[in-house]
Amino acid sequence: MVTPAVSNPAPSLLDRLVLPTSGAWANDARKGALARFREMGFPGRRDEYWRFAGGDDFAAPEPEEAPILDMQGEAPVFTGLERLKFSFRDGRFEGTMPDLPEGLEVSRLADAGQADLHWARDLYGVLEAAGQSPVARPFAALNTAFAPDGLLIRITGKVALPLNLIYCHDDPRSDAMLHHVLRLEPGAELTLLENGPAAARLNTVLEVDVAEGACFHHVRTQGRDHGRRAVTHVFARLGQESVFKSFTLTVNGTHTRNETVIEFAGEGGVAHVAGAAMGDGRMGSFIHDDTVFITHGAPGCESRQVYKKVLLNGAVGIFQGKILVREGAQKTDGYQKSQALLLDEDSTFLAKPELEIYADDVACSHGSTSGGIDEEALFYLRSRGVPAAEAQDLLVLAFLSDAMDEIEDAAITEDITSRLEAWLARRRG
Amino acid sequence: MLEIKGLKVKLEAEDKEILKGVDLEVPAGAVHAIMGPNGSGKSTLSYVLAGREGYEVTAGSATLDGQDLLDMAPEERAAAGLFLAFQYPVEIPGVGNMTFLRTAVNSQRKLRGEEELSAAEFLKLVRTEARKLRIDADMLKRPVNVGFSGGEKKRNEILQMAMLQPKMCILDETDSGLDVDAMKLVAEGVNGLRDAGRSFLVITHYQRLLDHIKPDVVHIMAAGRIVRTGGPELALEVEHNGYGDILSEVA
Repeated sequence: MVTPAVSNPAPSLLDRLVLPTSGAWANDARKGALARFREMGFPGRRDEYWRFAGGDDFAAPEPEEAPILDMQGEAPVFTGLERLKFSFRDGRFEGTMPDLPEGLEVSRLADAGQADLHWARDLYGVLEAAGQSPVARPFAALNTAFAPDGLLIRITGKVALPLNLIYCHDDPRSDAMLHHVLRLEPGAELTLLENGPAAARLNTVLEVDVAEGACFHHVRTQGRDHGRRAVTHVFARLGQESVFKSFTLTVNGTHTRNETVIEFAGEGGVAHVAGAAMGDGRMGSFIHDDTVFITHGAPGCESRQVYKKVLLNGAVGIFQGKILVREGAQKTDGYQKSQALLLDEDSTFLAKPELEIYADDVACSHGSTSGGIDEEALFYLRSRGVPAAEAQDLLVLAFLSDAMDEIEDAAITEDITSRLEAWLARRRG
Repeated sequence: MLEIKGLKVKLEAEDKEILKGVDLEVPAGAVHAIMGPNGSGKSTLSYVLAGREGYEVTAGSATLDGQDLLDMAPEERAAAGLFLAFQYPVEIPGVGNMTFLRTAVNSQRKLRGEEELSAAEFLKLVRTEARKLRIDADMLKRPVNVGFSGGEKKRNEILQMAMLQPKMCILDETDSGLDVDAMKLVAEGVNGLRDAGRSFLVITHYQRLLDHIKPDVVHIMAAGRIVRTGGPELALEVEHNGYGDILSEVA
């Protein structure tokens, strides 16, 4: 099949990308992904799940420049936590691996991909490929084909310390692709933290296989690097009685699209996904897109989506969330909430909540709202002596707290909340 | 303390005059009550004094210790010592009651150029005051007024008053929605705050609250004006005869 992107004589990102040299297993996976991508092509505005913002930011042959973020002496998030640190600069692992506790195996894709055989063969690009149906995710296939680096992580026990992937970039035009694979063996437990500005343009895939009885927590912050363009993908497969929780905080960014694709493959699984995004279009465009697809393929599973966006000065928030309940997935409990707080009349929230249900004994609900600040609450706070700007920020934090509360670890919630408070206070000046 | 002269106010949205020339003076240390039938403008008066949007002052003035209230933002009025106990306290999901109290106390201190209270000082103060009003730790932890009963909401208003130590307290129908026990508790809280430097303006429909919070002066408000002023016996008169007699007298 010839895609418009290929038939178009204009330069394409595809011409610029080079398949990394790989050993047998990775080579097969990459070639398969490239074939998948060629079938799909780059998305256009006519594609149902790209009609709000388009994919040009991620498909352009060269990324737009993104200034390096000046942290102004502020310590990065998670600094106060004891954790295992893995650093990436401009999309490449750097430094040395920390000493790993028992129950944890970590290798670099850049190294392990050279081998003839690796355990990740059963997952790398496999969960991504499964997640391409019924909705195509072309940038994820592109990532599987071309991502030069990432971590392959196998967890066989309960790992007490969180793993922290810390990103930074030095090159204002860096164009990074990272592909991480996690395999939680039965009964294993892990917390994964991600933070830092990874690149001017970023495309990530995180494939997570949570085996029966295993438990995975994920907390991610997408920071204040305003020029960022990022398309991220999480593909998760959940075994029987497993738990998957993922929270993302997003502040600024020119265009961020976070895709989450979850499939319940065993009974009694639990998946909670949440996002809090705050966008101020004052410094340029802000588009934030949460696209979620949860497939209940087994009975008795619980899914919960909580997405909150605070938008001002022409910021655009997008939510595309779907719950698909397959035939036989009885006793499904699906919940979806997407809300936007519009702080002015210039901002836009576009929401597309979807339920598709083929079982007859399920409880599924969704709610999507957008509205302004509660004037009654604002006056109440001001009448108690809280200045208007501070009162508004307090209400903004209150609005986001529903999503923050989805974070399992109270210390992390507090850390992230205090970051947001500081960010809001700095904006007030 | 509080001086209102010829205050005329209309609703911005409807171009409708609600207050048609209110004159009222509450001296330091005094407790004044305003009674009146529904729609007489009592609540409007309290909102205008607190600085709520949606009202336009077309004439007159309101000052607190000589400072022009009407020219100040709501938070500045609060910092200057004005406090309105709401008839319908607002629920704020996501903001913990404790955070709310601490933010309010410290915001006012900051606006007045005073030092903020330390966490320990604040905690000690809030525990002492909460205990008097039988507000337990759970109510302090919960989001502001969310899931509070009518009585709990009103007690929470008095707790804020006790924490903020205003000099001019306006109570807007604080008795509405309260049973006798809750009303006693609220009244005890208010009476505990009475002193020579603090004044109260108690707005109510009924005389019963005034059994517990004894006023020095009672005003009757009707159709946007104070139509009669007298001693506590005026409240009893209303209780026995209703507003009809008074209103026909002044009509």
